[in-house]
Amino acid sequence: MSHEYDVHALSGAYAVDALDDLERAAFERHLAECAECRAEVASLREAASTLAETTATEPPAGLRDRVLAGIATTRPLPPEAPAPTHVDSRRPRRRLNLLVAAAAAVLVVGAGTVFWQQPWQESSQTQSPVAAVLSAADARSTSLDFEGGARATLVHSDSVGGAVLVTEKMPPPPPGKVYQLWLQQPGEGMVSAGLMPVEADQRVLLTGDAATATAAGITVEPEGGSSEPTSDPIALFDFGRKA
Amino acid sequence: MDHIRSVGAGAPSPEDGAPGADAAARRTADLVDLMRRSARGDEQAFARLYDATASRVHGLALRVVRDPAQAEEVTQEAFLEIWRTATRFDPDRGSPLAWLLTITHRKAVDRVRSAQAATRRDTTYHEQNQPVEHDETAEAAHATLEAHRVRGALAALTEVQREAVGLAYFGGYTHTEVATMLDLPVGTAKTRIRDGLIRLRDAMGVGS
Repeated sequence: MSHEYDVHALSGAYAVDALDDLERAAFERHLAECAECRAEVASLREAASTLAETTATEPPAGLRDRVLAGIATTRPLPPEAPAPTHVDSRRPRRRLNLLVAAAAAVLVVGAGTVFWQQPWQESSQTQSPVAAVLSAADARSTSLDFEGGARATLVHSDSVGGAVLVTEKMPPPPPGKVYQLWLQQPGEGMVSAGLMPVEADQRVLLTGDAATATAAGITVEPEGGSSEPTSDPIALFDFGRKA
Repeated sequence: MDHIRSVGAGAPSPEDGAPGADAAARRTADLVDLMRRSARGDEQAFARLYDATASRVHGLALRVVRDPAQAEEVTQEAFLEIWRTATRFDPDRGSPLAWLLTITHRKAVDRVRSAQAATRRDTTYHEQNQPVEHDETAEAAHATLEAHRVRGALAALTEVQREAVGLAYFGGYTHTEVATMLDLPVGTAKTRIRDGLIRLRDAMGVGS
């Protein structure tokens, strides 16, 4: 987890939500390891919140009733269970299944799983779906490095029920082809999770319920995509679920 | 900063001898208590929490999103979120006010980012604040004092720090956008924001 820039310097921008989604995800990975930055972020949030003293404005009178009616029908979340602070050892990396093994032979050079959480985070509900997945307390990330320096990282969160693919330096698909994303669902096999926009660096939310999926994959398909994979995956991300 | 009055309970101000410091500490303790009871599903405690904080939550939402109807939605969403996640609030990690304003700010920023801010054009944050009319109560007087303290504390920031913090916090812009808006080299706006917040924090005596 190395950064070319001084990642600590992002604490202020993070405290006032002035990072883009990718920077935020990177900084939150750093926060998981840096108690100093966590303390600084907390103190800078205290500072920033004092600014709201200067803009106080009474809300419209009817809002109070709507809020109170809303909470009457909303169940408060249970307290957060004490979160593990290390890579979850109860969950050894699954052996890659046959499909994965086939894929691995194609392009996958290296893979690693990291586990991060942000126990100081209030909730994932305040964010965009992509950001919610990237910053979820139970977000799990698997990175695959391709020959030529491209890297694809799949982050999935069971609590959010979403998966996000983050690519770096991804070469464009062959002419007339697209990268298609898939979620492997129990009993259904590979279900299309959308097409990847043709951009080297991007974050794309997979369509479908990642909480039930056992793996995610990328295939090269004819333009417009396919209803089921017509080629072996160029990458497959095992979610490490127990069989 | 121009003169803007505000209403509501105060931020913690542990500086010894600061006017209203005791009152502020008491208010924070009250909010912690209301948060705890809200976390256990006490709707009346939550109503009181709303009354104590709604002007700041809504004022922040309005300042960031600008559009009154959208600000109202953000305020409502923020309070529902605060209710849902009250069990996750930990007084050891910060004040209740900072916690709920962090939620509010995030919601407001998400709103303007997804809308791509078509209606936000001006780049100063001194404008369009909407003063609250009534300041009869002790609570309001205290809040006015707090607002005054914050404006005083902002004088400790350099002009560029103040602008960078304002654009990020009230404008909802990313540090990259702030750099462009202030003609700063890419990568330096985040430093200005951080330095500005540190000065504000130290001048206000919070969060340390």
